[in-house]
Amino acid sequence: MSPTRRDFLRVSTVSGIATTVLGFDLTPAYAQAQALKISRTTETRSTCPYCSVSCGVIIYTIGDKAKNVTPQVVHVEGDPDHPINRGTLCPKGSSLMQDILNDRRLLKPQVRRPASDHWEDISWDQAIDEIAHWTKKSRDDGFVEKDSQGRTVNRCESIAWTGGCTDTNEFNYLVVKTMRSLGVCYLENQARV
Amino acid sequence: MPQTLEIKAISGHAGTVPGHGASRDYDVCKLIDVTTCIGCKACEVACLEWNGYSFTETVFDNSYQTMPETAWNYWNLIRFNEHENSDGSISLLMRKDQCMHCADPGCLRACPADGAIVQYANGIVDFHQENCIGCQYCVTGCPFDIPKFNPSTKKVFKCTLCSDRVSNGLEPACIKACPTGCLHFGSKDDMKELAEQRAAQLREQTSHKDAGVYDPAGVGGTHVIYVLHDIKNPEMYGGLPANPRVPFLVKLWKGPVKLLGGWAMFLGVVGVAIHYLRFGPKDAGHTTGPEDKNERTKS
Repeated sequence: MSPTRRDFLRVSTVSGIATTVLGFDLTPAYAQAQALKISRTTETRSTCPYCSVSCGVIIYTIGDKAKNVTPQVVHVEGDPDHPINRGTLCPKGSSLMQDILNDRRLLKPQVRRPASDHWEDISWDQAIDEIAHWTKKSRDDGFVEKDSQGRTVNRCESIAWTGGCTDTNEFNYLVVKTMRSLGVCYLENQARV
Repeated sequence: MPQTLEIKAISGHAGTVPGHGASRDYDVCKLIDVTTCIGCKACEVACLEWNGYSFTETVFDNSYQTMPETAWNYWNLIRFNEHENSDGSISLLMRKDQCMHCADPGCLRACPADGAIVQYANGIVDFHQENCIGCQYCVTGCPFDIPKFNPSTKKVFKCTLCSDRVSNGLEPACIKACPTGCLHFGSKDDMKELAEQRAAQLREQTSHKDAGVYDPAGVGGTHVIYVLHDIKNPEMYGGLPANPRVPFLVKLWKGPVKLLGGWAMFLGVVGVAIHYLRFGPKDAGHTTGPEDKNERTKS
């Protein structure tokens, strides 16, 4: 006996209601985890600027360096391939993104004049000119050609130089050459890179 | 790119989880060696940075601890505890407090919302806030007091063990940051072995003769395990329960009571149906009774 149209409708309606009421579960066995926020970002290697340990960090920026994209930092994390920290970071280093994206970050040279109570913005050209001027003046004022026993020393004791921790070997080489040529003896930096 | 994780258990869900047990996923595990923690809080910051939460105001409580408790947007807290030893000396104990990712999660048991809490096959217990109804039963169900309610969105949040990173083959953010190597990440078997090795080393080479591994059986084991100086006294690490269990009322309510309630409802419907078949419908329009009485009094 072949089922009639009426039988077919009856069976499908009853089974439809039954599956709805009694439950027929097609919930996927897999759940979408939250998308990885750095999955398609550009990775740039850098050095943490805080202490002399000079940990390697990776800076993640949005976009793929395409022409019309202005990269924005989305995350900073330790560089697992860096021999010093092998991916680890201290709490300050872990928060480096807030060092980069910060309203109070200095973006131009500033100077505090003698006896002044505030910092004023100056241009790069002015800053370089002033540095040259004051370097010359300090050196001329405090230059020591001969020590107390009459030996030629040619020391510039009125200037000291301190370098930061992100200074590379190559940069420090230039610093030493420049400073020694001025006669500067007080040279130090905390770089370990 | 595969960013999915196989589910092992779903909260408030009728029936089984389809497809469960089909793949060969291994359990993941965090190992926290409290004996080498220096309390630098790099894990706290890395957690905030990865999960994108802003820094909140800290609370000074005469200790180095950032705030008294974890918060809905602060999932990872180093607890600083000054413990007075029997010889009168003081130990400054530090413990990384976060979700323990229990094998038998009390939060998931207690949760009535379908799919708000899921347990992945690799052991991670994750909250899906889009399914959360904000009832906070999970807060009651958790023996470690971890799920935290956000009053403005009416949703509950907690550590995800960086399920987004783990599903992409990365380690959790806190693990990566730890500069002293007190945090480790790997398969549960490997971490358990590493932890036992470290505990044995402490027992043999230091004065911590009671050093041991904290992997409480009361919640079926956890996917975050500790190496403690003194396994007999976990409470001294800022209230780590010695024998955590899913609360009895949650077990009762979600176990026998739920079953009995279901049967009661079902049998009630069956009873009504039988009553209908046996006695027929109630005749609401039948008014002959009182009329009969009236007639009787008249006569």
